[in-house]
Amino acid sequence: MIEKEKINWIYKKIFTIRFFEERIKKIAKEKTVPGYLHTCIGSEAICVGVMAALNQDDWISSTYRNHGHAIAKGCELNEITSEIYGRKTGICKGRGGSMHISDFSKGMLGSFGIVAAGPAVVLGAALQEKINKSNKTCVSFFGDGAIHNGAFHEAAGLAKLWDIPMIFVCENNGYAEATATDWHLNTKELSDITKAYDMLSYIGDGNNVFEVYDISKKAINEAKQKNTPIFLEFKNYRFSGQYEGDTQLYQPQEEIDKAKQNDPIKLAKENSSKYGLNKNDLEKIINEAKEEVDKAFDFADTQPWPQPEDALEEVYVNYPVEINR
Amino acid sequence: MTIKTVKDAINDALVQSFEEDKNVILMGEDIAGGKGREQYQGTQDAWGGPFGVTQGLYTKFGGERVRDTTIAEAGFFGAAIGAAMTGLRPIVELMYVDFAGVCFDQMMNQAAKVRYMFGGKQKVPMVVRTVVGAGFRAGSEHSQTLYSLYTHIPGLKVVAPYDAYDAKGLLLSSIKDDDPVIFMEHKRLYMTSCEVPDDLKPIPLGKGRIRREGSDVTIIAIQRMNLFAEEAADELEKINISCEIVDPRTYSPLDEELIFQSVKKTGKVIVVDESNPKCSLASEISSLISEKCFSDLKAAVIKITAPHTPVPFSPPMEDFYIPSTKKIIDAVKKLKDV
Ligand SMILES: Cc1ncc(C[n+]2csc(CCOP(=O)(O)OP(=O)(O)O)c2C)c(N)n1
Ligand SMILES: [Mg+2]
Repeated sequence: MIEKEKINWIYKKIFTIRFFEERIKKIAKEKTVPGYLHTCIGSEAICVGVMAALNQDDWISSTYRNHGHAIAKGCELNEITSEIYGRKTGICKGRGGSMHISDFSKGMLGSFGIVAAGPAVVLGAALQEKINKSNKTCVSFFGDGAIHNGAFHEAAGLAKLWDIPMIFVCENNGYAEATATDWHLNTKELSDITKAYDMLSYIGDGNNVFEVYDISKKAINEAKQKNTPIFLEFKNYRFSGQYEGDTQLYQPQEEIDKAKQNDPIKLAKENSSKYGLNKNDLEKIINEAKEEVDKAFDFADTQPWPQPEDALEEVYVNYPVEINR
Repeated sequence: MTIKTVKDAINDALVQSFEEDKNVILMGEDIAGGKGREQYQGTQDAWGGPFGVTQGLYTKFGGERVRDTTIAEAGFFGAAIGAAMTGLRPIVELMYVDFAGVCFDQMMNQAAKVRYMFGGKQKVPMVVRTVVGAGFRAGSEHSQTLYSLYTHIPGLKVVAPYDAYDAKGLLLSSIKDDDPVIFMEHKRLYMTSCEVPDDLKPIPLGKGRIRREGSDVTIIAIQRMNLFAEEAADELEKINISCEIVDPRTYSPLDEELIFQSVKKTGKVIVVDESNPKCSLASEISSLISEKCFSDLKAAVIKITAPHTPVPFSPPMEDFYIPSTKKIIDAVKKLKDV
């Protein structure tokens, strides 16, 4: 049984992420939003389901496709939006942008633009937890494309060798940029690659937020009990393009139509009564989520730009000469 | 004569090289794109890399020679080295130069050193095509130039064209060249265009180009900085200051002679480089001039570069980071008064 409070939280977050991403997609069409935008329409259940199994101070890493992770982990909507707009009050003071939304105080270690950079960083955080005998959960989110990169494999090997109870969360959304996942897989299932490391792995429906939650919660317990890393593969579909503006010509319409039948938001709505939410409850949550997203975008619009010279700050903790060129 | 964008000129050079030499192959991520799943076929060859530069090659030359790779740069860069050593002429694409880190070893330790440390018996005729440059609001991990990182390594050649003419001519040469070449394409220049003859001959590596003749001040401009140098020179012409613009085009080898000739003529030099300042092309070129043309100089060389920071995301900060036309104008005026 999931507590009522958690169910409400899950619904609130899953809608917030969808509305946020739809809003940013729309705005990107109407006016220029600086930089690359990688939206996560279709990933909401994975973001929220995993995060529902975590505490606020547990550690995660994300990628350039991070808005959903950031929202689910508790980063402030206003600050995320301001960051995407490049404003001074953004979550990274406008220095990072959409691809690098991060907030240490919310357990979001970092969003990395380099594919497969995250798992090893989280391995380090988990090593720290182990050495300091602390018990925070450490989760790295990455895509199906990242499992081909050496950095992922090196992190996986070390995690197993060192008995590090971290969780690798692979979001298998069918594509790495314009390339279909199965075009590049050597194994039947993506998660079969963990066999080389004798690592436990589980596969789940990434469109079903409650299944994601359930699998994640069990995996976290099992990892800690057995002192071992666990690899979770959640299957879903990348409705968004690689980035906003991608023609998506390589994604055939039949495939998109079929995936829409399992849209995570649609499934969440269908399941709502099963989880004790009536029509009114659901409507209330939806309205709240919409309102918060609206407010965040209104907020960001009014925020000041950084000063040009702000670029020179915080390159180092300590540097004896002024950086003035 | 045809007007071509840099993007199309590069595509033309690739097609021409594929047609001329069956040993030319191309490897990279999403360079085709759209192979799709078995049961549903999306549009084939839909992408051609994120900037569409290689579009059409997969359809024209097939998957044997145009190979969409996994995100495994160390793997396919290494493969390019072995293929080059044994007879192919591989071109590999590093989607953004910022990803150099994940496969730098292959270039620094293998590609660059195979010929030298194996006693001159082998050669590695490969080309790395990569995308560089700020000004795209692409943030710290997708905006660097890193010219000097590669230029520093003996055994590697480094090419960075400014316009479509040079892009085509220099890529043709790079592919024919028997040494490993890093060919850097600036993302803000892809859609700029100029006249490119259909029968353009390869442009030799190591030959710079005087983009504008002048007599008062020499501006040595690195890749996209030629744009700002031209703008500055146009402005300054109105107040009767005559600038000479030198575009070295290739950084290893570097056309030192061309640079020195211009310095002899003007005695006043500005080097403009969008990279970070420490150990940069700007500092290298300025030190060469100080060493070799000391007596010709009427003033110390002025370097205009990015600051010693990563590339910031937000527009006001990124614009501040990139050298500007105004900074060049101010520097020229300062030198003029010397
Ligand atoms: C080392 C490296 N190589 C290439 C890229 C360019 N790139 C960015 S996203 C991407 C595809 C990643 O796909 P996947 O891991 O499935 O994540 P998704 O975008 O589907 O969430 C690629 C190749 C990169 N950022 N880093
Ligand atoms: Mg993917």
